[in-house]
Amino acid sequence: MGLKELLGGTVVTTKLAEMVAWGRKNSLWPLPYGTACCAIEFMGTVSSVFDISRFGAELVRFSPRQADLLLVLGTINYKQAPILKRIYEQMCEPKWVIAAGACASSGGFYNNYAVLQGIDEVIPVDVYVPGCPPRPEAILNGIMMIQKKIENQAKEMGRVA
Amino acid sequence: MSGDLENRLEQFPFEILEKGKALGDLTIVVSREKISEVLRFLRDAEGYRFDLLVDLSAVDFPNREERFEVIYHLYSTSENHRLRVKVRLPFEEPMIDSATDLWKAANWYEREVYDMFGIRFNGHPNLKRLLLPDGFEGHPLRKDYPMGKRQKIPVPVEVPS
Ligand code: SF4
Repeated sequence: MGLKELLGGTVVTTKLAEMVAWGRKNSLWPLPYGTACCAIEFMGTVSSVFDISRFGAELVRFSPRQADLLLVLGTINYKQAPILKRIYEQMCEPKWVIAAGACASSGGFYNNYAVLQGIDEVIPVDVYVPGCPPRPEAILNGIMMIQKKIENQAKEMGRVA
Repeated sequence: MSGDLENRLEQFPFEILEKGKALGDLTIVVSREKISEVLRFLRDAEGYRFDLLVDLSAVDFPNREERFEVIYHLYSTSENHRLRVKVRLPFEEPMIDSATDLWKAANWYEREVYDMFGIRFNGHPNLKRLLLPDGFEGHPLRKDYPMGKRQKIPVPVEVPS
């Protein structure tokens, strides 16, 4: 007899990794690394109209030590690149990165001597959000994709173990 | 107002190499050797009183014999008039006296011009790159800087613990 049948509807069985992931994905603490216009769009995403807290990610942190989601919003130039890398390194594992907007993803239309052609030249990126700037819905979609990814990572882990 | 200034410039005590008018403002071209004295005079002399350095920039004209042009935009808050002062510099020796002792605002402008054009300002207290990372080679706003040339991404600086 399975555990479920024995205990009836009083318990839910799951795997520990999946339960931890469930907690993590619904309580992301983002660090908004806003360097340009895209950051303004993020303010809209946090505000009550779009309300990022519906996804549990409203607790914006400005210390990398306390954040697990790095949101890069804006143009990153070469002088900025080592600072971004240092911030990423200071975040504790597990951590995820969203490159929001054309600039963070690919340098955008700044194809010149000063601008990094996408932050993936210096740090790993989990989700790229297109747009210049991306609408709040797009940023929210990016966060949902991160949630999906966290969930899948846990499932993968379960399979290996 | 600009009529007054125009008349006054007739008795200007320094040599004016060229005079012109563009977009409603007067432009004078003076020699590099005299620039410090000219600027000091413009700042302090009765009837001129250019107490505000609005902008300081440069242009590269690759086809001219004296390739670089340094441009001062001056404004007088008491007289309410404006003046553009230009100085031409040869490519072989792009050097000019600093205006930092006259206007504090010149400090970062001159650093930017140095950064972008490689023009040196004698007497500047801290002439180093402003916008581009240290270790950047060349000066990107010179017309012979190769378009699309990229440089090494700087490594994060060590943070003293
Ligand atoms: S992608 Fe567009 S909106 Fe976003 S930072 Fe770049 S230029 Fe600004």
